[in-house]
Amino acid sequence: MRNLVLGIALTALFVLGALVSFVWTPYDHTVLEITNKLKPPNGDHWFGTDQYGRDILSMIMVGARTSIAVAIVAVGIGIGLGVPLGLTAAAWNGSVLDEIIMRSNDLIFAFPSLLIAIMITAVYGPSAFNAIIAIGIFNIPVFARVTRGAALSLWTRDYVLAARVSGKGAARISFEHILPNLMNLLIVQGTIQFSLGILAEAALSYVGLGAQPPTPSWGRMLAESQTLFMLAPHITLFPGFAILLTVLGLNLAGDGLRDLLDPKLRRVAR
Amino acid sequence: MLRYALKRLGSLLISLIVASLVIFFTLEVVPGDPASFMLGINAQPETLEALREELGLNATKAERYLSWVTGLVTGDLGISYTYRSPVSEIVAERLVISLPLALYALILTVVIAFPVGILAATKRGSLTDVAVMGGTQLGVAIPNFWFAMIMVLIFAINLRWFSAGGFPGWDAGFLVAIKALTVPAIALALPQASILARVMRSSLLDTLSEDYIRTSRAKGLTKRQALRRHALRNALIPVLTIIGLQLSFLLAGAIIIENVFFLPGLGRLVFQAISQRDLIVVESVVMLLVFAVIVVNFLVDLAYVWVDPRLKDRT
Amino acid sequence: MNHLLLGTVTAAALMTGAAIAKDVTVGLQLEPPHLDPTSAAAGAIDQVLYSNVFEGLTRFGSDGSVNPGLAESWDISEDGLTYTFNLRAGVKFHDGTDLDASDVVFSLDRARAEDSVNAQKALFANIVSVAAQDDTTVKVTLSKPQGNFLFNMAWGDAVIVAPESIETIKSNPVGTGAFTFADWKQGDSITLTRNDGYWGTPAKLDGATFKFISDPTAAFAAMMAEDIDAFYGYPAPENLAQFEADPRFTVLAGNTEGETIMAMNNKLPPFDNKLVRQAVSHAIDRSAIIDGAMFGYGTPIGSHFAPHNPAYVDLTGNSEYDPEKAKALLAEAGFADGFTTTLKLPPPSYARRGGEIIAAQLREVGIETEISNLEWAQWLEQAFKGYDYGLTIVSHTEPMDIGIYARPEYYFQYDNADFQKLIAELDVENDPAKRTEMMQGAQKIISEDYVNAYLFQLALTSVVSSDLNGIWPNAPTQAVDLTAVSWAE
Repeated sequence: MRNLVLGIALTALFVLGALVSFVWTPYDHTVLEITNKLKPPNGDHWFGTDQYGRDILSMIMVGARTSIAVAIVAVGIGIGLGVPLGLTAAAWNGSVLDEIIMRSNDLIFAFPSLLIAIMITAVYGPSAFNAIIAIGIFNIPVFARVTRGAALSLWTRDYVLAARVSGKGAARISFEHILPNLMNLLIVQGTIQFSLGILAEAALSYVGLGAQPPTPSWGRMLAESQTLFMLAPHITLFPGFAILLTVLGLNLAGDGLRDLLDPKLRRVAR
Repeated sequence: MLRYALKRLGSLLISLIVASLVIFFTLEVVPGDPASFMLGINAQPETLEALREELGLNATKAERYLSWVTGLVTGDLGISYTYRSPVSEIVAERLVISLPLALYALILTVVIAFPVGILAATKRGSLTDVAVMGGTQLGVAIPNFWFAMIMVLIFAINLRWFSAGGFPGWDAGFLVAIKALTVPAIALALPQASILARVMRSSLLDTLSEDYIRTSRAKGLTKRQALRRHALRNALIPVLTIIGLQLSFLLAGAIIIENVFFLPGLGRLVFQAISQRDLIVVESVVMLLVFAVIVVNFLVDLAYVWVDPRLKDRT
Repeated sequence: MNHLLLGTVTAAALMTGAAIAKDVTVGLQLEPPHLDPTSAAAGAIDQVLYSNVFEGLTRFGSDGSVNPGLAESWDISEDGLTYTFNLRAGVKFHDGTDLDASDVVFSLDRARAEDSVNAQKALFANIVSVAAQDDTTVKVTLSKPQGNFLFNMAWGDAVIVAPESIETIKSNPVGTGAFTFADWKQGDSITLTRNDGYWGTPAKLDGATFKFISDPTAAFAAMMAEDIDAFYGYPAPENLAQFEADPRFTVLAGNTEGETIMAMNNKLPPFDNKLVRQAVSHAIDRSAIIDGAMFGYGTPIGSHFAPHNPAYVDLTGNSEYDPEKAKALLAEAGFADGFTTTLKLPPPSYARRGGEIIAAQLREVGIETEISNLEWAQWLEQAFKGYDYGLTIVSHTEPMDIGIYARPEYYFQYDNADFQKLIAELDVENDPAKRTEMMQGAQKIISEDYVNAYLFQLALTSVVSSDLNGIWPNAPTQAVDLTAVSWAE
């Protein structure tokens, strides 16, 4: 429980920062003030200024927006495509369709994800959108596999058998009886993939393949500031901690949710 | 068993063919011409044409796909456009760094994760457990390139215990080479160890709550004895699966760490090759990695079924 | 056992320590793709090999002057069409074969051949024939007089190679220079050793290792940890102040041939309107860019010409920073509310950082830019070949390249008949005073036409161990000439 509260609080902090940044930031993050560069944290700039004299707090807030948006949409892609695929595979377990879906899953898993992300951006150019696609693709097999596994065990339950006997089709059973019972699992998995998405977005933008300037992103802030570490440590520490704390928050929340929602694991945790 | 193996082998072959098609044709649509990259902005059109002809870039896509695939089957990975030497030689040269680095990181991962995971599981709920698990949460959440940078600052620049990066080569001596890989291996291992420790702990807790452990406890075994004799072995199955995944991740996923420590590994080779449009290198290396993972998965599946035939219907 | 092992390791370290005193390890950002300077544009090839391993008929001095190289002297005919080169006697290639006139004929003919893959084939375009008079005399005939022919022959793309070793040149370069190629650990380093049979003053170093470190942070760490003795073309100007303050290091700030410009697509509206180009030029604050992107390293320029060249005229006044004027010019051109365009940025930090600053400056006068960061291959495809860009930032590092403005198909698509005529005349002019006058005229035309926004001359910054002498501070060409480098006693 403690984990859950701490996790949700941390996550909420960054989500709030991101939301507030739509209407207000301490400074305009697109305005450069070169004469005011590399100022350590002070009363005017709580997190100091970067190498162009931009306000780091403002950039962290807007950067949160980028990170969260990329990760959420990527999870959305994973759920939107992965869950139906998993349900289908489970409903027609053992069929050719099942085989094709699961083998394609394995195939996607077999590709080195960062390399594929780099390839995608080489084809379509670096942008937040392409980062989403690159991360999202690898979420599909995760959700498909998790969904299929859980759905398979649900298919043996009595109430599903009852529905079957009453003549409902497999598709209908999947949606009416299986899917609602998968919600807890999907929430937990979604949180985990969300946090992985934040890390992946940071890595991609760190190598220059994420959102493009002037849109701030945490990974790029780190990449651009690291040669200045000894001169002005604050400009790498703040984005670094932003990533660390967001991911930490999401992981704690994910673990907490699992303990709360999954009775089997709760028994273990007790 | 044989029928199952054959069936899996068939789908493995299909997977490989699909993978080769996907890799080749995604890369073929990559904009950018290796020849114009190599000759730069003052090149004359006829010079470019001459080079394209020399590199065999003027053949049709289908021809080039076929010659690439036949090459792969016969073990010939082609000639790099930019380096102009056989891809297999280049890859071999990079593998002598990437493979030991991945193994080194994996060993560190296991060495850290096992004791930590076991400790946390046996002292579940204690302060130690909370502290250790909190530590692993941090380890999972820290971006490893950031962690690597901090390590360089501390160990190379301030303490001067290690050099900041680079690889002297194995001919410089085993210890010298291993030393050069140590900081990168730690940077790679930390998040993996954190993940593995968590898996280890929860897997142990799972088995500890199984009935047969309770029975053995009831029969008078101490908690530690029960752990050592029964729980540990059974808890290892999910742990081994994770380790398998981690090895393939470490092999291909070290690009960023290789960059931070300027190690000439496989990841950096591909990264560089993409930016130079040395497509043949990218295609062959990615295919190689995919091939390795698919084959390892295939063998793991077979091993599982061999151990526990019931699994045949569950894959 | 452990003891024994440790003992031998320390002994080995001590022994190599003694030997290393006369070696040098130089960091470079880019690795050569292969080792043939005559078939690729990659500057990294010349950085490692030019003058160290390969030599041409003429060679660049550290100040950019053209000096005798393998040709001891030369005679130019009255009409400027025939160059007779007298080669040095007794020069040997590293494989032991003699250098003679036939090697020169081979090299030049190879570079200008039909199927040549020389990246600077234009250097040889005017050559009609190359003939060996005797073993040490070569006669080159041109189709028309060419004022900069000797200059062209000093380029890395014009070095003399031998037919005996040409097959394997890409992995095992054999030249005539003061160093021989020893080893290439791909992805990591290239090692050279001293050529004891060198025809000229022998090198003072026993050998040299070039280490390739592309990541600026890694470069910083390697230098700070003294893994390397020098970093030539240090990629992160923000660290230089720190190196300067450190007694272990010296910072060399020199000039390069790199005119850093923000190119405008002269055929793409609205940049086809001179008023718009002028407005853009006035909207840019060069000093803020030099300060913010280059941390003060770089000289402002107002045209496409290097400030250290004697024929340079300072034209920065034509495009002084004046946002109000820029707005007025935009209004006059019919863009009172500004417009939106693309800004495509290749990888170097001058472009990425400069681009971010310029985008903010342009926004001040109402011009919105969509930035896209491109790799070189993408940049070549989209901006350079495809003309698919509004604005882009590039440093033109080829020496004396104002002639590109006479090529209407060149990526900024500047088409001015007067300018083209002037360059054509300049090409055949041999009189130095007249050449200077013409070059100054050319600078003025493009500056007053606001073809591109001229930003600054790229500085070459190198970080060098304080005990190391003789590293070139300037880069008249892409070369890390180690022939005169030595350690202080």
